[in-house]
Amino acid sequence: MKIHLKVWRQKDQNDGGRFVDYTASNVSPDMSFLEMLDIVNIDLVKKGETPIAFDHDCREGICGSCGMMINGRAHGPGRGIATCQLHMRSFQDGDSVVIEPWRAAAFPVLKDLMIDRTSFDRIMQAGGYTSAKTGGIPDGNAILIPKPVADEAFDAAACIGCGACVAACPNSSAMLFVSAKVSQLALLPQGQAERTTRVQRMIAQMDEEKFGACSNTYACEAECPKQISVTHIARLNREFIAAQF
Amino acid sequence: MSESLRNDGRVWVPKKKGDTRNPKDIPESERDYYLERQYPSFGNLVPRDVASRRAKEMCDNGFGVGASKMAVYLDFADAIKRLGKEAVFQKYGNLLDMYKQITGEDPYTTPMRIYPAVHYTMGGLWVDYNLMSTIPGMFVLGEANFSDHGANRLGASALMQGLADGYFIAPYTVSDYLASNKFNAVSTDAKEFKDAENSVTATINKLMGIDGKKTVDEYHREFGKVMWDYVGMARNKEGLKKALTLLPKIRAEFWKNVKITGNAHEINMELEKAQRVADFMELGELIAMDAMNREESCGGHFREEFQTEEGEAKRNDKKFSYVAAWEYKGPGKKQVLHKEDLDFEYVKPTQRSYK
Ligand code: SF4
Ligand code: FES
Repeated sequence: MKIHLKVWRQKDQNDGGRFVDYTASNVSPDMSFLEMLDIVNIDLVKKGETPIAFDHDCREGICGSCGMMINGRAHGPGRGIATCQLHMRSFQDGDSVVIEPWRAAAFPVLKDLMIDRTSFDRIMQAGGYTSAKTGGIPDGNAILIPKPVADEAFDAAACIGCGACVAACPNSSAMLFVSAKVSQLALLPQGQAERTTRVQRMIAQMDEEKFGACSNTYACEAECPKQISVTHIARLNREFIAAQF
Repeated sequence: MSESLRNDGRVWVPKKKGDTRNPKDIPESERDYYLERQYPSFGNLVPRDVASRRAKEMCDNGFGVGASKMAVYLDFADAIKRLGKEAVFQKYGNLLDMYKQITGEDPYTTPMRIYPAVHYTMGGLWVDYNLMSTIPGMFVLGEANFSDHGANRLGASALMQGLADGYFIAPYTVSDYLASNKFNAVSTDAKEFKDAENSVTATINKLMGIDGKKTVDEYHREFGKVMWDYVGMARNKEGLKKALTLLPKIRAEFWKNVKITGNAHEINMELEKAQRVADFMELGELIAMDAMNREESCGGHFREEFQTEEGEAKRNDKKFSYVAAWEYKGPGKKQVLHKEDLDFEYVKPTQRSYK
């Protein structure tokens, strides 16, 4: 396969950035999208040029580092996958593909397709944990958690912090991310101790980072690689309001 | 893919070598459910190292399937018949979806094609009883230390170690260390800091100055292929000898001919990767050397010359009942072996059997 690429190149944070055209030849439909970029990069290095910078680590959809906008969609075409799980068989020979970094004030572009996602880390540091002492080990049967509740907490915990929800949202809102992180703890006994301060602090930090508000567009749910449901946003709102009293 | 799929999936290959028929067209009588045949009591649930070696053996002997011939089937047809598709989805949905995404094939209707991959290291750094490494104050928790792994570093044992170290050990040993030591403020003018900084800068300058012909990726693949072929799931003296001549050559060439573009004063992913690959080369060579040295099969290390008639790992406890800690003496210098004897006071090691 031959793919025509338009890739966002930006030297550093101060550079204005621009699209540059590349052609990826000899692409196999079995390759992942990132492997296709690897090949383009090998060619670039051989020609003495700087390769396209992009984040990646696990390449199996669990670390959350590989996000990019592909033809205007966060993580590209397909549902429930991260960029690293997108394969070239989703494209046709001769296709043109536009690749950009996430665009949001809270995610400044560091270089090419790499963005700075530390705003998410600061939201987590504000309250996305439990600090209760563990003490001895209670008997597993002493704390019963109904299966549907455990399942829902697990679904929320599947969030990999990739930022696609922010990138897909017209308001650059981080509500889906924050709601997943609040939900997973609010649903379980371990999360009860800090339940009210957690949601208040995380939302305060979210606002400080300049993420927008939610206007029920649901683009986040559609593009989330872990298919986190917007019902978690409803729970987040409820937790936040309940924390005021 | 996760090993847990073998809970309900059945592993098989065609009985005939080089059979290229669609798996659906191969009747029951012409399939070899080799794990169930060889291990009647454990069947598809034999431990990972056994299942891996048997799969490799099948492929090495020409029974592999798919275009690459480097795969065996993992079939969910019976599980779906027995439990229903919904139940199988509930248990393994995320994994099966992942497979479908990667291969473009539907594992609910076509058997999956699987092949074992190597964990070159099952855990790593030496630690003492308190989980502190040889560097005072540097504690190593979870999978990154060497303490709890045998032949089966399954996800669950890694998880167990993360929890056990994190919940029960580190809170006591790390706080004890902090409480019983005095720490003066460290300045970046300290000699140690300067030395470390200088040595990193020197490495970076060296890498940037090479300006050779081959990319980091090419060296990574070349080195990785040798590791995969000769230092992988099953090793033998001849293969290791070959690896020990090839690996240093590739490494030497890397340091003369690697090409890294861009500069060292910006985000440079090639430079970062080059340093990781350089580390991988050092570690790879060490693993090959250690594998050569250990003339027995034990844990994740399997030497083909040392196996029982049943194809099980054969240990040599007289000579090798020790943990090997290799002391790094600097680039290009021979590492020094420190042996830490394994003392089995109550439970004596025996030969396991999954027949
Ligand atoms: S909610 Fe989904 S899209 Fe948002 S960060 Fe988590 S995994 Fe990514
Ligand atoms: S590289 Fe880890 S999620 Fe894509």
